[in-house]
Order: sequence, then structure tokens, then C-alpha cells
Amino acid sequence: MASTSQQAHVSFDEERRTPLKRFQQFLHANPTTIPFIVLALSIALFSAIVGGRFFHPFNLSLVLQQVTIIAILGTAQTLIILTAGIDLSVGAIMVLSSVVMGRLAVLAGLPVPLAFMLGLLVGVACGLLNGFLVARLKLPPFIVTLGTWSIFGALNLWYSASQTIRQQEVAEAAPFLQFTGTAFNFLGARITLGSILMLIIAAFIWYLLNRTAFGRHVHATGDDPEAAKLAGINVTGTLIAVYTLAGFICSVAAWALIGRIGAISSISGATANLDSITAVVIGGTSLFGGRGSIIGTLVGALIVGVFRNGLALAGADSLWQEFAIGLLIIVAVAIDQWIRKVSA
Amino acid sequence: MRPVLLSTAAALAVLAATALPASAETIVGLVTKTNNNPFFAKMKEGAEAKAKELGVTLSSFAGKYDGDNDGQVAAVESLIAAGAKGILITPSDTKAIVPTIQKARDAGILVIALDTPLDPIDAADATFATDNFKAGVLIGEWAAKTLGDEAANAKIAFLDALETQPTVDVLRDQGFMQGFGIDIKEPHRYGEEDDPRIVGHQWGEGAEEGGRTGMENLLQKDPDTNVVYTINEPTAAGAYEALKAFGVEGQVLMTSVDGGCPGVRNVQAGVIGATSMQFPLKMAALGVEAVAKFAEDGSKPEPTPGLDFYDTGVELVTDKPVDGLESITSEEALKLCWG
Amino acid sequence: MNQTEQNTHAPVGVAPILQARNLVKRYGHVVAIDHAEFELYPGEILAVIGDNGAGKSSMIKALTGALRPDAGEILLEGRRVEFDSPLAARAAGIETVYQNLALSPALSIADNIFLGRERRSEGFLGKYFRKLDRDYMRKEARKHLNALGLLTIQNIDQPVETLSGGQRQGVAIARAVAFGSRVVIMDEPTAALGVKESRKVLDLILDVKRRGLPIVLISHNMPHVFEIADRIHIHRLGRRACVIRPQDYSMSDAVAIMTGAKEAPVH
Repeated sequence: MASTSQQAHVSFDEERRTPLKRFQQFLHANPTTIPFIVLALSIALFSAIVGGRFFHPFNLSLVLQQVTIIAILGTAQTLIILTAGIDLSVGAIMVLSSVVMGRLAVLAGLPVPLAFMLGLLVGVACGLLNGFLVARLKLPPFIVTLGTWSIFGALNLWYSASQTIRQQEVAEAAPFLQFTGTAFNFLGARITLGSILMLIIAAFIWYLLNRTAFGRHVHATGDDPEAAKLAGINVTGTLIAVYTLAGFICSVAAWALIGRIGAISSISGATANLDSITAVVIGGTSLFGGRGSIIGTLVGALIVGVFRNGLALAGADSLWQEFAIGLLIIVAVAIDQWIRKVSA
Repeated sequence: MRPVLLSTAAALAVLAATALPASAETIVGLVTKTNNNPFFAKMKEGAEAKAKELGVTLSSFAGKYDGDNDGQVAAVESLIAAGAKGILITPSDTKAIVPTIQKARDAGILVIALDTPLDPIDAADATFATDNFKAGVLIGEWAAKTLGDEAANAKIAFLDALETQPTVDVLRDQGFMQGFGIDIKEPHRYGEEDDPRIVGHQWGEGAEEGGRTGMENLLQKDPDTNVVYTINEPTAAGAYEALKAFGVEGQVLMTSVDGGCPGVRNVQAGVIGATSMQFPLKMAALGVEAVAKFAEDGSKPEPTPGLDFYDTGVELVTDKPVDGLESITSEEALKLCWG
Repeated sequence: MNQTEQNTHAPVGVAPILQARNLVKRYGHVVAIDHAEFELYPGEILAVIGDNGAGKSSMIKALTGALRPDAGEILLEGRRVEFDSPLAARAAGIETVYQNLALSPALSIADNIFLGRERRSEGFLGKYFRKLDRDYMRKEARKHLNALGLLTIQNIDQPVETLSGGQRQGVAIARAVAFGSRVVIMDEPTAALGVKESRKVLDLILDVKRRGLPIVLISHNMPHVFEIADRIHIHRLGRRACVIRPQDYSMSDAVAIMTGAKEAPVH
């Protein structure tokens, strides 16, 4: 490493590069390449092991349905990790929002659109609280969201009284909440509106990150907050906006959750926070902030889904699913570290 | 029900009791696995009502998540320090908690395991529990009898709780297999059976989302699945969503265990064919009674004859009863259900 | 010594573009700025040198809005100004190239040049969807780099972290001069660079000067200072000791004045 860093300082001109170095630089410029390769390889692998049952539009669309919620939470998580933060409360916000929507609409008898909006509002408020604590009080995001994870979880238990609202009750009083579960057939695949919703959110966040000034500011804030501040960026405002937006996305994920499980359940999403972080990391977004992509996160979520589904169809013990996913996380982080050394 | 406030209040009560060791009141500790399960909420409700009736003080604790042994160890230690007369515990880790339980018993505290036996079972003074194996047997027999001769060609999906195979998970799963007529081989583990009727095992963490995903994967593995065993009713509700999405809900017999009110209503609605109901309220109430009696005259509760624990009972709930198997209807069950 | 009687080699009949009078900043008993004077004239390169702890960075911070003086005044083009933040100083036309460059490593060159001053597309998308005009920003960034002779940078979309130290300095300087600034302050622009790259950066600074922008150059590197500065402000003990012209003194004299080994000249 010492020799390469010296090289970097000597000249304005392009240096000679080894193939490995060139590969490193290619990955640096195209960080989602690896996730795409891993996804393609894992699909090929399971198609070979399991056969046509796996590589069938229906089964692949099933994987898409299975990863929808984690992928939506993953887009929220990507936003936050891009600012070099982390959000352990995404799952708790989602469940709290879904419980608020469900109880207000089904049990309290509020008009469904109003209950839905209030549920979204709860998500926004939770995100705003996270953002305020991180950006204004300058508390570490890990600790803040560790705390709010508990707090939102406790509020959920208190408000829901651990009661489930059954699918039939929701269908009767507030079918709109289950709307995202509506499915249609498309070339042998079965697509739910929840998956479409996921794609819309991802496209929206992609646009925000890549085509607006706000997106540049999010990257810059995560990259080097001091530099961002000196460049005239309102770092505090950017952080608050990011956490609030993440909270909003979590509450949209609540809608997708209700569509998927039909019922309103206070025990959902227990591991959603870690699963979303897994998707983000496998998708090539750096935990150190500043670099990463929404597309990577979608691919990361799909990789996890393909492994879970493929190993299940292959009849493998699920402990190997966990093993494989753990391995992927470590490899992904190791690759990220290696790519980052381009700049060293 | 405000579990968080209650446990905070309970912690304060224990602190107060610690500060005043001379207090003559009888403290009963209740340590559950988690706060967020209606089963434990019902348990706490039963314990509270009974404690009020008998004039003893109840201190409730819960682990943070299912499997949180450290949280339970801390709770038991706090109760020892507070001078509790008895501890009712639903152990998260049936082996790891044993040394701590021994400390409590050495301090002269009556320890009763609720719902989940310790390992070994005699590590507690007594165990008040559902016979989970029997709960499994009931729904297994119901499914087999409902299918009749077709049971020989059944395709059975198992939606269990956790890969770590906690005792309850194993007992219900193996009970179902036994009841259905599958050779369970090693009774302390599931998954090693070789009966071709088994489609596979998936783990749903006892919640809807996991139930749905697990069911989807098993349906992909074998679209002809026609019997589904689920560890509990939320798992069954999630699995049913998957069956609906595949359009096969009509061809499948869904079985479950628990007897929570939403579950019983799902029996009524035809989502679940049969479920085995257990009685958490009774477990806790009996536990508090036993501690009160122990505080009075030092006598300890006896197990049900023929078993190494006190069986708090299990009832099969179904609206499609079969001959030779006693059951109650969902209508009747709604009066008894919890959560 | 009365500072106002010093010969500062100021050009005759020209008003300073940036000036500080009688600046004071105290931290408890420590006086960081002790009645300091400062003048920068149009079109010149003024080097500021001083030993570590002489208080030159405190003075520069006061000029760039990073620090608020307890007393004294700052005048920009003859008008009194007060900066409550570096942003306010920048808005008034005082651009600073920080030693750490304040660049965002993972963002592209174009993004960095426009960071915090992004330009939106014309029309509907820009107005309602806040879409950036990336083509415009790329083109402009390229233009600014070209104007400074930074032609070796091939790809304007390449992340800044893939650039060499000198190239990064170039990007930071291009950013500083791109937005109609009136004064550019550079903090140790050659400190982290090798010989060849330093040469390039010095040429860049002279380029900027040729475009008529006055520059304040803070540096420890005497050969660099003596090569490109028009006047050298020597800071000592919290105030300006003197201003010399590089042709009148040797580097060792300057260092001697800086450290107090030699009396500051009084003309």
C-alpha cells in the first residue's frame, strides 16, 4: 500500500496500473457490479440444484414478494447509512404505523383514509424524533435508534395491547389497508401491488439521490460532514430530512406489511432492522457513509431472498441459509474496504 | 394492559421491597419470556387477579425477546434480593436458567415453572404446564381421522418456530407426528424423520410474516400439500394468506396450537381446521395459589399422577369434530380463549 | 511600535480590497489576536507567514468568518462587514481553500465544484421535481478546470478520491474561483504535495492571479512564498510584525523576523 499511495502523490498524470488495480477501480466506479454478479450466480446455482421449480417466473416472483418488505425498509436504511448513520428502529416504526392504521380503522372506526394518513404521520414523527436526536443533540445514531427501537416497540405493545386484528376483520372494515396484497399475473409471474409499491419507492429515492441537490447533500454529509459544512451544506437539516424521510418510508412499508400478512400483528418485524441492514450491506453500500446505491440494496434484498427460497426448495437445513447470508455480509464488507483503498 | 408500565411498576415495587426487608407481605415473582405475546399477557392477568384475591404482592418481569436468558437471570436475582416467597417463571432457556433457579431455591424460594418445563424438569419445585406433546397429538389425530384412508397419501408441511428447536417447538411438532401416525424416531428432535408424507420444515418465528414465507416455500416445494401443522395461530394466519395466494386454501387442512381468541375466531372462519387450546390464565392463577399456600404452611404442589408436571389441561377446538376424539366448538372456545 | 507607521509597501492610491483594523480576540488570559492589522490589495498575492502559535490562523479565521473577533473591524471593499459563519464570508465573496480541501471524496469533480450551489434544470422538471441540470454543471465544471489549465483531468464524473493530491487541490481552487469570488484565501495549498505537484499548484495560483483575483496565501514553505508572493505579511505574537517584499529580504531574514531573532524593520 505504501508504494501505491506514494505513486498517487507524484504525478497529475495517469499511472500505470496492474489488472487487479484496474478491477478495483472499476468496482469503485461501479459498486453494484458485485451484488449483480452474486445475484446472477446464486440464481444460476439454485437453478442447477433445484431445477425448473426454482427458475420459474412464478417462483422468482414469489421471491420478489418475500423480499418486498425488507427491500422497502432497505431503501430507508440506505438513505440513513449513506449519511454514515444506522437505523435500528425501522422495523419498530413499521409495526407501530401498521398497528395505528389498523386499530384506528378497524377498532376505533375512523374513516380508513384518515386512519391511513395518521399511520403515515406516526412514521414521519418517529423519523423526525430520530433525526432530531441525531442531528440536533449530536447523539450517535446507533445509540439513538437503539433507544427509539425500544421506545417505539413499547408504544406498540401499549397501544396494541399485544392484540392481533384478524385478516377477516381488516378485510371487512378497511380493505384499503390490504390493497398492497392485491396480485395479478404477468407472463407466468405473480406480482403484488406491494412489490410495485417497492419499485416506486426505490425509483423515487433513486431519483432523489441521483438527480437532486438533496441527494448530493446526503452523499456529502455521509462522506465528510466537516467538508460538507464548509462547502455550505446544511448538514443538520439534511440529517433531519433523511431520518424523517426514512420514517415515512417505514410507514409505507407498514402498508405493504398489512397487504402481505392480511392481519394487523404487533409481533411482526422483530428482525426487520437487521435484515434491512443486511440487504444494504450485501448491496454494496458502505457502512462508513457517502457511497452506495438504492439499486444495490434491492439486489442485496433479492440475494437474501434467493438464498432463503433456494435453500428451502433444495431441502437444506435453514441453518445453512443463515450461514450463507453471514458469509455474504462479511465478504461484502471486505470488498467495500478493499474498494475504498482506491482513494488511499 | 400496559406491560411496560406494569413491569416498571413491578421493578419499583421490588426496589421498595428490597429497601424494606422487614415488610411482612408475601411477594410472588412472575417472570415471563416476553412482554409482546398475548399468551404471557393473559398469564399476567391471571396472576394479578389471583394475587389481588389472596392479598399477596405480584412483581412481574419479562425478557426482552424470546430466548433472552440474561434478562430472566437478572429478574430472578432481583426477586431473590427482594425476598420473594415464590417465583413463577416461563423459562426462555430451559437449561441455562437452572443454576440461577437453584440459587433461588437455596434461598428458600418456591420456584414453579409455568408453561415451559425446565431441563431437567425437577430443577423447579413444580411445573404447571400444558402438555404440549398431547396438544400436538390431538391435532395430529384430528387431521388423520379427518382424512381417513387418504391420510396414507397426505402431504404435510410443518411450520415450526425456530431453527434452535426449543422444547415446546419439538413437543408440539413430534406430538402432531405421533398423532398423525408418523414414526417420530428420535423424540427430542424434529426433521430427522424419513416419512415421505413430510413435505418439509420451515421456521416462521411464531409470527404471520414468517408463516406466510415458510408456507410459500413449502408450496413451491410441493404444490400438492394438503395438511399444514403450525406451531401457533399467528403462524397459521400467515400460512393461510399464502394458501389463498396460491388458490389452494380449499384443499388444505390447517392445524395449530394455542387457543388465543383471534385463533379461535379463525377456527370459526374456517381458516384453521383445528387448534389445541391451552390455559395460561389457569397456569398463573394456580401458581400464585401454590405460592400463597407455601407461604402459609410450607407445603409444595404435587404433579398430576402419571406425569412429572401438573397438567393444566388442553382442549381440541374444531367445528368439524371427528369420531373418537373429544373436542369443543369454536363457539364454546370463545368463552375460554385468551389474548 | 506604532503599526500604522509601518511601511507596508502598499500600492499608491489604491484602496485595499480586504482590510482588518485593530482586531482583538482573547481566550481568557490568552490573547490570540492582539490589535492586528491586515490589508490585501487588488490583484496581488499576499503571503501570510508566522511561527506556529503566532496567531495567524486565528486572524485568518476572523477574516473568513470562522471566528468572531472581540474588537476591531473588517472591511471588504471599504465597507464594514461582519461574518457570523464561513458561509456568510463566502456569500460576501471571500472564498477559502481549506487545507483539508473540504471536498467530498466519493462525489464527482463536477458535483464537488457545485456542492452547495447546485443548479436546477430549467422548466417543469427543475421547478417541480427539483431536477438538477447535470449537463450544465458538467460543462461549467469542465470550463473552469480548463480555464485553470487542468486539462489532464479526463473524466469530470470521476470521484474526487481517485484524483492525486495536486489534482484535488486543483478542483478545490477551481471551485473557489468559479463563483465570482472577490478574494481567495488558500491555507497551505502545497503542504501535502510532492515537488512536481507543488509546481503545478503554484502555477495554478499564478493563473488565478492573472485572472485578477487577489489571493491570500498562508504557507510555511519559504521558497514557495518567496517565489510567488508580491508582499509578505509576517505575523508574530498575535499581530502583524511587518510587511516585506520578497525582493528586499532573504528567506533567512524572513524566518528570523518571524521567530523574533531579528527585529522587524521600521522604515
